[in-house]
Amino acid sequence: MALRLFEKWQDQSLDGVIAECRELVEDADFPTVQRWREAGGKVLGHFQVYFPEEIAHAAGMLPFKMRGAPVECMHADSHFGSYLCSIIKTSLELVLSKQVELDMFVTHPICDAARNLAAVWGRNFDYPCQILYLPQNANSAASATYLRDEYARVQADIETITGKKVTEEALKNSLSVFNENRSLLRQLYEFKRKQPWLISVYETYLLMNVGGLIMREEHNEILKAVIPLIETRSIKRHDKIRVVFEGGFCEQPPLDLIRTISQSCYVVDDDLLIGLRWILEDVSLEGDPLFNLAEAYLEKSSYSPVQHDSRKPKEKMLLQRIADSGAEAAIITAAKMCEPGLEEQVAYTKALDEKGIPYFVSEFEESMTSFDHMEIQLETFTENILFS
Amino acid sequence: MPEDKKVDIVGRGNVEGANLFRDWFAELGEAAKNDQGAAYVFVMGSMAEILKVFDFPLVLPEITSLQTAVRRVADEYLTVAEDYGYSPDICGYVKADIGIHLRNREHPMGKIPKPALTVLTNACNTYVKWAEIWERMYNIPVFVLDVPATRQAGKQFQLGSADFTRDCKYVEAQIRELIALCEKVSGKKFDIDRLRETMAYANDMNIGWKRVLELNKSRPSLFNALTDGTVYLGVSNNFRGTKEGSQYFKNLVEEMEYKAAHGIGTQTDEKYRLAFVGVPCYPIFRRFNEMFAEWGGAFVHSTYLHFASGGANMGFEYDVSRPIESLAEGTLISVREAMDNMFHQDRVLIEMVKDYELDGVIYHPIKSCRTVSTGLADGRRAMMAATDTPSLFIESDMMDKRVVSEAQMKNRADAFFEGLASRRLTAAKTA
Repeated sequence: MALRLFEKWQDQSLDGVIAECRELVEDADFPTVQRWREAGGKVLGHFQVYFPEEIAHAAGMLPFKMRGAPVECMHADSHFGSYLCSIIKTSLELVLSKQVELDMFVTHPICDAARNLAAVWGRNFDYPCQILYLPQNANSAASATYLRDEYARVQADIETITGKKVTEEALKNSLSVFNENRSLLRQLYEFKRKQPWLISVYETYLLMNVGGLIMREEHNEILKAVIPLIETRSIKRHDKIRVVFEGGFCEQPPLDLIRTISQSCYVVDDDLLIGLRWILEDVSLEGDPLFNLAEAYLEKSSYSPVQHDSRKPKEKMLLQRIADSGAEAAIITAAKMCEPGLEEQVAYTKALDEKGIPYFVSEFEESMTSFDHMEIQLETFTENILFS
Repeated sequence: MPEDKKVDIVGRGNVEGANLFRDWFAELGEAAKNDQGAAYVFVMGSMAEILKVFDFPLVLPEITSLQTAVRRVADEYLTVAEDYGYSPDICGYVKADIGIHLRNREHPMGKIPKPALTVLTNACNTYVKWAEIWERMYNIPVFVLDVPATRQAGKQFQLGSADFTRDCKYVEAQIRELIALCEKVSGKKFDIDRLRETMAYANDMNIGWKRVLELNKSRPSLFNALTDGTVYLGVSNNFRGTKEGSQYFKNLVEEMEYKAAHGIGTQTDEKYRLAFVGVPCYPIFRRFNEMFAEWGGAFVHSTYLHFASGGANMGFEYDVSRPIESLAEGTLISVREAMDNMFHQDRVLIEMVKDYELDGVIYHPIKSCRTVSTGLADGRRAMMAATDTPSLFIESDMMDKRVVSEAQMKNRADAFFEGLASRRLTAAKTA
């Protein structure tokens, strides 16, 4: 790894690392992306939820996970109508305002709004702006082969930008780096499940989030450095309820909202930035790497409201997540105007009702700044459970 | 031409369309009475050609939902769904449909049968979420026919290319899986000759639909793309792959050719030729049109007639000698066309402005449908930059009258036409 994009975390305490991560995540100028470009690197911006970043990584591009930002839409507002979620607008704002500069943009058919972005972007920028058609029929026997070929198509487009072929060896190396990354993230989440007092959802979220802003080798270094610090952390266990947080798969809740939740509850599992953890097991390094990656997307993966798979009914997956993490309750959120999230809320709450699992429902927007009202509601909710 | 022939032929498409709609509901009512399960499908890629082989009655919930709005009772159904827990910010079609199901499938036009299965394409993501609701309500199979569409503006894969063949193989494999599912659900053996028959009827409809749309380049225009066009569109979707649908479109072409030959236009005194972009404002369907017709604005075309026909406007003709392969090709090309008319609507409109000699374009983004509406403001910028054609951008909804401000819309429409008139005057002076 030649270029370091994020160095401030080094030689810091755990709290110091987390503080540096927060500074980086909150910086809407995305300095790591700028640094990469200044060094002559190419950037592939990919919209939520999941993108096979290994392919861009193998080509030597920085895969930048576009997740919007709490910015004012001075430029993007005139490109959209009224009834849209915020992340659609702010992601475009970042590129129209040149806070982020890309060499390629990829979106996915995750929702009705996001699938429009390739066309919107393409009308405004000269670089390739496209949709990666992740299969919507996860249950077809033909899906894995189709997806493998779709990845090969994207790879060819990436090669045109970088001007060099991606070798099988480079791809396998990238699979290995990302396998390690996902393994480290699983370890991080294991702490949350087993000893949630040692590391809050707010802290794990920050540690995970920076992975979408830097090269994964660097992210692996951070995670490898902090995991021993978490293990030896001396924090007293508090009398908080254990909850699962659901609704952070695309637009991200404000950091302070996540912190507010972590003050009242132990979030023992969540779907925040689920794309970074979409693949649940190591991708095989034997055989065709693109096929392995495609198969893992379909066969070794998590769930979200934006993927239909008859083997993974979302409400049953949520109940499983609650059971696996030993949660007592759930926080069911959705970004404002997020059609899949809002629709799934109903299925989730009906299933929780049926099982008698308490839940707290809310909506959020990335630009929210006041959380007092929610804090009071959440405290009431948790107290009701604690003292029932 | 004898006067009695004129009486017989002019307006026939609307009369026959209304009759066919009644027939459709009668068939659904009969199926409901007999507890027969229907195939729930959508307008963009209904796969009627396959489903008709298995004699499934087709329920098109987009159409049953919009009918509640046209009949001004949508709010009753929306309220039922919202009381159940659905957000005011999701698709109104979905909510009206949930309301219908929560009311034991009682619809203002009759009883709707329960689903036996649902088949949908990925042309709209909300189709998937909608189908999942029925999956939970009725425990039925959901078949998502995944149709990979245009990846990047202007870079469609061409028939015969390696990329097209790859996508086509994927669609074909899924069609074969769909046939197996239909056999299982219906208990009937697949009959490839019946597929050839439904595809031949669909061919007649595709050819007819393309011709009807082309004929509206006439001056004056022959039909109102917003009002009459919606009737034709309904038949195109509800009767796809049927003998009745085939005959209807043969008759419709005859009507339009007759009108073109005799210079018979619509009831609007056509001063301005307009295109409509988006989904109609069904809660005030007639009134919306009047706001434009009062000024001599005639809707001669719309992107709706393209995408909501599932891309039938392409006039794709199946090769029935190799039915499944050809069905895959036609589905890929047509559903992709439907999606292009939503996501890359600027390119479609730039051509439409030229081909249909448009004076203005009316954009109607709606709260309910982000598939269609998300890119409209940006596409409008591109269309105006490329053609210097005046346009109007009015937001409302296709179902929810709480979001429809008629007075405000009228003010905007009036101002738009004053601008058009002024522009025409200036052009005449400088000519």
